[in-house]
Amino acid sequence: MSAVASVPAGVLDVALQSAETAAFRAQDWFAVLRQQGWHAFQSLPMPTRDNEKWRFSDARTLSLDGYAPAPAPTPAQAADLIARSRLISDAAGLIVHVDGHCVLKPTLSAELVAQGVVFESLEDAVRARPALLQEHLLKHPVLLGGDKFAALHRAWLRAGYVLHVPKGVEVKQPFVSVTWTLTDGVAVFPHALIIAGERATADIHDFHLSAKADQRALAISAVDIHAGTGSQVRRLAVQAWGSATQSFQIDNTCGGRDAVISSVNAAVGSRRARLENTVRIDGPGADVSLYGISVASGEQEFDQRTLQVHAAGHAKSDLLFKNALLGKARTIFSGLIKVAPDAQRTDAYQTNRNLLLSPDAEADSLPGLEIEANDVKCSHGATTGQIDPAELFYLRARGIPLAVAQELLAQGFLEEVLAKVGHEEAAAAVREMLRLKFHQA
Amino acid sequence: MSQLEIKDLHVSIGEKPIVKGLTLTVRSGEVHAIMGPNGTGKSTLAKAVAGHPSYTITSGDVLLDGKSVLPMQPDERARAGLFLAFQYPSEIPGVSIANFLRAAIQARLGEGEELDATGYYKRLYSKMDLLQIDRKFTSRAINDGFSGGEKKRCEILQMAMLEPKFALMDETDSGLDIDALRIVADGVNALRSTNLGVLMITHYQRLLGYIVPDHVHVMWDGRIVKSGDKSLALELEAKGYDWVKNELVPA
Repeated sequence: MSAVASVPAGVLDVALQSAETAAFRAQDWFAVLRQQGWHAFQSLPMPTRDNEKWRFSDARTLSLDGYAPAPAPTPAQAADLIARSRLISDAAGLIVHVDGHCVLKPTLSAELVAQGVVFESLEDAVRARPALLQEHLLKHPVLLGGDKFAALHRAWLRAGYVLHVPKGVEVKQPFVSVTWTLTDGVAVFPHALIIAGERATADIHDFHLSAKADQRALAISAVDIHAGTGSQVRRLAVQAWGSATQSFQIDNTCGGRDAVISSVNAAVGSRRARLENTVRIDGPGADVSLYGISVASGEQEFDQRTLQVHAAGHAKSDLLFKNALLGKARTIFSGLIKVAPDAQRTDAYQTNRNLLLSPDAEADSLPGLEIEANDVKCSHGATTGQIDPAELFYLRARGIPLAVAQELLAQGFLEEVLAKVGHEEAAAAVREMLRLKFHQA
Repeated sequence: MSQLEIKDLHVSIGEKPIVKGLTLTVRSGEVHAIMGPNGTGKSTLAKAVAGHPSYTITSGDVLLDGKSVLPMQPDERARAGLFLAFQYPSEIPGVSIANFLRAAIQARLGEGEELDATGYYKRLYSKMDLLQIDRKFTSRAINDGFSGGEKKRCEILQMAMLEPKFALMDETDSGLDIDALRIVADGVNALRSTNLGVLMITHYQRLLGYIVPDHVHVMWDGRIVKSGDKSLALELEAKGYDWVKNELVPA
């Protein structure tokens, strides 16, 4: 496929992109960043199946045609979706986007404002905090194959939020962002920029939802997390777009010395969803936990690519991705642990477990290690299996019907990751989304 | 008054016959013990009656109140009133005891009928107190990281909650120290009533000192070779399984 042919026809087009970019003219650096994104997008080819970073994914059906940005929702639509966004009752702040438009700006407590905490829309931050953004926004390289999608995200960058918890500030309540798609065929490019200063603590819940269960959309989201020295950052990301959505998530995390980072990526939505999750440990003593959880059903494809880079020694990273598959669903897990030559005393682990609940489901697993240091503890493992017949008989011997028993066991399989969310209300919300998947299947 | 009739039952694992023509009737209120050495088919009998898919019933029948359970799935048999207390209960990470028991009780309710959560927890806690199980266990995953004694107490807890007509207790005493054995036995004794029939399977006489049976059967090579009252257990303990082999098994 040639580069030119892959530029979507007439919708995410040059004129529209330029017009949108022009709106940021007063922020010249931001307009330049978007222009760079657009040029990169035009010059990059669409990925194909023979690209190693897209191995096993159904690259033939990748298409960016027929999607366009949508106008802002009506006040009634916005009000409805804002009401449906109140998922977490103890949120430190809530930001809501609909079709790429911010419809609810966060209100922080006076205490958080006094401590210098910033939680605001990306658009506001572009105007108000150019220095902070220029230092941190989209500074991570895209290493896992999604360059073209990342470039398109950059070209259309507008929606999203910036969270900055300054040095020494500990915020226990979660910052919550809910991003909706509403219009059929909408293209959205939500961005999250999360900066935790030295010894700062932040907890983030990101929900990607659709107004309709069968919503058709293109969603290319990206997250930049900068976890400073001794900071503690915990993030839950929930991908629950409508069932006709193509989703690309490009997550980049950078951890400094002694940073403690934990992320849970939950996926239930979209027709195809690709997650590229890169973590780079830059400081010794960092402790990173990466969890993934999904229930894939119907003809869904969940494509998970992870990279744990240990650039500094004496640090730990631990990854666990669990997928339950129904129907004709497919999951691909491809993970790599990379340990730099001087990153001695690294502890790095990677585990992928897949539970096949249907004979037509397929899970591919490609774990990998690339270790250049000689004093490390690293391991990877992958298992794909079915429900244990002994466990199934045990439940049935108590009178639980087959289908209910299978569901209980599948939920039990996923519970290990849900326990890592660390927020009971959020975990319950995710548990419910996972549970519904079994009933829709 | 219910009865469980096992009639000339033959059970195979794969091609291999294990139970070779066993007949036994248990009525409500009775406690029967089946004793015998390892490999004689005791556990196979219990699992086959409960409907374990690895065991094939090649002939004979199992009737619960006159109705054959053989066409029923294992969960249907359980809802009809059979309960198997497992020798080796499965560990099921991620499924809490409370949710598991709720699902089991919900399965016994009629369509559209909702379980009364308050009443459920009240009953669960009283049964846990009876069995000296810490209430915190309700949120723990089924048998996950439990000691041998905790697993067996958890089996009895399930039995207490599900109120079966007949309980098949498969080597409930195995792996228990004397204190755990006493707690489990006290639990079973508390559940003994005119509504419950028990078939206890054991290798040792020890358990029968705590749960005193009405009838004792000696099993050898897939069949019952001698039946009697509780004194038979003592006789067997005194004379050993060689006595069974040399004197009870027809040449």
